[in-house]
Amino acid sequence: MVFSYYPGCTLRTKAKELDRKARLAAKELGIELCEVPEWQCCGGCYPVAKDEIATKLSAVRTLMAAKEADRPVVTVCSACHNVLKRVNDDMKNDPVISDRANRYLQNEVPYQGEAEVLHFLEMLRDKVGFDRIAEKVTKPLTGRKIAAYYGCLLLRPGKVMAFDDPENPTIIEDFIRALGAEAVVYPYRNECCGAYLALEDRDSVKKKSSAVLNGAKAGGADSVITACPLCLYNLQKCGGEIPVLYFTELLFEALGLE
Amino acid sequence: MEQKNLKETVLRISGVNPRKCMKCGKCSGTCPSYDEMEFHPHQFVYMVENGEIEPLMASKSIYRCLTCFACVERCPRQVEPAKLIEAVRLTVIRQQGQNHLKPDAIPALLDEDMPQQALVTAMRKYAK
Amino acid sequence: MQRIGVFVCWCGSNIAATVDVKAVAEALGKEPGVVFFEDYQYMCSEEGQNKIKNAIKDYALTGAVICSCSPRMHENTFRKAAAAAGINSFMVEIANIREQCSWIHKDKVSATEKAIVLGRAAIAKLHLNAPLTAGESPVVKRALVIGGGIAGIQTALDIADAGFEVDIVEKKPTIGGKMSQIDKTFPTLDCAACILTPKMVDVAQSEKIRIFAYSEVEAVKGFVGNFNVSIRKKARYVDEVKCTGCGLCTEKCPQKKVPNDFNLGLDQKRAIYIPFAQAVPKIATIDADYCTMLKTGKCGVCSKVCTAGAIDYKQKDTVLEEQYGAIVVATGFNPIELTKYDEFAYSQSPDVITSLEFERITNAAGPTGGTLLRPSDGTHPHKIVFVQCVGSREDGNGCGKTYCSKICCMYTAKHAMLTREKYPDTEVYVFYIDVRTPGKNFDEFYRRAVEEYGVHYIKGMVGKVSPENGKLMVRASDLIEGKQLLIDADLVVLAAAIEPDKSARPLATMLTASMDTNDFFTEAHPKLRPVESPTAGIFLSGCCQGPKDIPETVAQASACAAKVIGLLNKDKLTCNACVAHPDEMLCNGCSTCEKVCPYGAITYESKEFRMPDRTTRIRRVASVNPAVCQGCGACTVACPSGAMDLHGFSNRQIMAEVDAICK
Repeated sequence: MVFSYYPGCTLRTKAKELDRKARLAAKELGIELCEVPEWQCCGGCYPVAKDEIATKLSAVRTLMAAKEADRPVVTVCSACHNVLKRVNDDMKNDPVISDRANRYLQNEVPYQGEAEVLHFLEMLRDKVGFDRIAEKVTKPLTGRKIAAYYGCLLLRPGKVMAFDDPENPTIIEDFIRALGAEAVVYPYRNECCGAYLALEDRDSVKKKSSAVLNGAKAGGADSVITACPLCLYNLQKCGGEIPVLYFTELLFEALGLE
Repeated sequence: MEQKNLKETVLRISGVNPRKCMKCGKCSGTCPSYDEMEFHPHQFVYMVENGEIEPLMASKSIYRCLTCFACVERCPRQVEPAKLIEAVRLTVIRQQGQNHLKPDAIPALLDEDMPQQALVTAMRKYAK
Repeated sequence: MQRIGVFVCWCGSNIAATVDVKAVAEALGKEPGVVFFEDYQYMCSEEGQNKIKNAIKDYALTGAVICSCSPRMHENTFRKAAAAAGINSFMVEIANIREQCSWIHKDKVSATEKAIVLGRAAIAKLHLNAPLTAGESPVVKRALVIGGGIAGIQTALDIADAGFEVDIVEKKPTIGGKMSQIDKTFPTLDCAACILTPKMVDVAQSEKIRIFAYSEVEAVKGFVGNFNVSIRKKARYVDEVKCTGCGLCTEKCPQKKVPNDFNLGLDQKRAIYIPFAQAVPKIATIDADYCTMLKTGKCGVCSKVCTAGAIDYKQKDTVLEEQYGAIVVATGFNPIELTKYDEFAYSQSPDVITSLEFERITNAAGPTGGTLLRPSDGTHPHKIVFVQCVGSREDGNGCGKTYCSKICCMYTAKHAMLTREKYPDTEVYVFYIDVRTPGKNFDEFYRRAVEEYGVHYIKGMVGKVSPENGKLMVRASDLIEGKQLLIDADLVVLAAAIEPDKSARPLATMLTASMDTNDFFTEAHPKLRPVESPTAGIFLSGCCQGPKDIPETVAQASACAAKVIGLLNKDKLTCNACVAHPDEMLCNGCSTCEKVCPYGAITYESKEFRMPDRTTRIRRVASVNPAVCQGCGACTVACPSGAMDLHGFSNRQIMAEVDAICK
């Protein structure tokens, strides 16, 4: 299986481990990830405003590259995933945005959301299958109690992301079970961590992130996993005792990779 | 800008129809930043509909919404309050000299673990 | 050549404000065959009708064109007026210049132009009209009631009381419906079972009523007065005649892990069961999905303990064919599925329940014997949050319903009040958007909950429920105080929207009865004919037509019965005169019309024909039963040889209308 791969800015810098382990785990699972050539930063957050076109263009370019390569584009970072999927939905379903973006880019053949955007987790679930991953696990994480933290970017808006049930998701829990660990379901796993308020109001972030970690701890979790570098940062900085990891780190470990 | 133009601007940027609101307050019942806001999500909907944009623009509440979309996801009438808050914020920072976050101020806010994602997002949200 | 009179109605300002009625009358007066024209403020009034009658006499009219409202409104009025003046009532044509013209246009010039065109088409058609006579058909003096809840029960009892036979078809093993699951009834708080079960017994004892329980309607043919209905009696694996309802089998059955749907899955029953003590008919039923004997052939305990020898593992479904003059739909409602509302954690915590589940938990015959206990750990909840409008009043693009479910405000007030009365140590919060209490003694009831019982009514909505350490953390807004609340509740009760039973849509198709987008049956007129379907002979009772509480349901059920009695009281019905008829010389015997006819009105017969060469030939030709034909015209368009035509709407007449419009 070959997929286009969009790492995004953070995976090239602060979250190198998220990137490296994703690539190695994919390779072990027989998946080839071809990095999108000359990719640009997605902008970090989806521009919600109806009249913002320029800020959506870098995502459109990535999507067009995936269309050109004729394969789904896979992301690991929740934020990149959120931006790409939502911009793709605009290109498909919002004729005003789609028309203006295509004019900006001077596309001879207009891009109309033809590319398929997949999160790495979706790729594992829908293209590989969690049962096949379970077969590939050589070092099952038996006895570990792991809590999944979804945050907001993977799930919402539910209709566009179509990632999982936005209020009661199961994909990361199923992933955890496939690796042989026990999944801890706890409250606030789909509530916001405080995100970019980290820059100006750490107390606010701490309040939100602590609620998440306390929930996981009360549920008996020994670690929390996430797909988002900013979630990871916020959860780690709020000083909980529970380690917060990228989901790819667990996959890497369970597949017996060094 | 005049009040009427401001309202039209906010409605155009957001694409939201505040008249769909049935005033149930579910958005404010679910907002994770509620306690940090002077005006709450349901008030944004109500005040935009009434054309009271300037008090919203002057309020720090517009920098407290994290666009987590909990209110959008759970609104029974699909009013999408977060999009309105974003539109009010843009109406402010699109004006010259009204950036909430200035590049010069950033280095002091960083630590070595801060992911690029936070900076990029904050610049998108707070500055033009 | 016809002598035609044209009558243009103003309908007050309804038509006259948008259409120049005088110009229309004058323009149509110039059409060929028109010998008289007139406009008047209200043609449907007695004075207006007299104008028509007098003109018919004075000008020896052979037909009349009325430019007015929809024929659904007043066609009959004008036909009667024409008949009274001595011409055949089918020599009246209506040009609808209200619903199809004045109401939908703003520009007077173009509306007037269109009204003239519509009038011209009606005149063109009238030139080809011929007098028609309607036939008659007999009425089968028995009614079918589909659904055995309180609506069906009341309708059946009232029809039986008037001396007519009634059959009730109920898909569950017992009649009683939702009301049998409810604990107390608002606003008087009498026990639901105490007022329902005597009615169920009345049904069982009535000589006029037959109950087909555990049965479903499978096919409906025929028409008003003469419906043929196939009813599938599902196999109970118990002989209905032999079973005494002693219940011994339901105690001895070793399969104890069957979800008890009567208690909404809150506890378990045996694989052979009687839903509740007062069930009617009180006959045991085997759940084939769980019965070890039926699945593996090894068990047979119930058969061994049954002293009446009623158990019959070999029982099969049977299909009955019955005739009815009228059919009542009383298929009721269900709460919606709450899987899409997991912000309230319904599928994440057993202590988040629906209001109907709350009824079972507080019912003396329910899973907890009437003691209010949490499903998760059987402890007494000290803090209860009620959430209103879950899935109701949504915008239509989500997963919920656009309508108000109507009953939730009152039953929640009831639940809150009863909880406070029985357990004064329990704090009760009700989150509401609006409290809607129209109804006799309803608002007083709600006020009592607040003022006498101290129920906390909070204007605002719950945003999120998080199960945490055995508690349910309820995050909600208090809009009046301007606060976000976090309540550590022990139990959360969701007032789920109600929707029509899933069986309603396929049934509507069988009955050719219309439904709205929410799958509620449409009434013949939303104000003036609320208990009849637009399909003749089909009547509506209870929540199948829209959300209703018990008092309203019973009132509607009795109104429905009155309409059924009115129909069954007639010996004969006047048939539709505008029926299809084949030109036998053109008919090629292909059976296409027979296949498309939704009423089963067309059959084929072999007939002897004299050919031009004086020989005779047997040919197979279509034949229409005029008593069954509803004049829908499906056969006339389906017929490949153009042999089928419709009286009153012949192909020539319709082409003449089209020609007149395109002129």
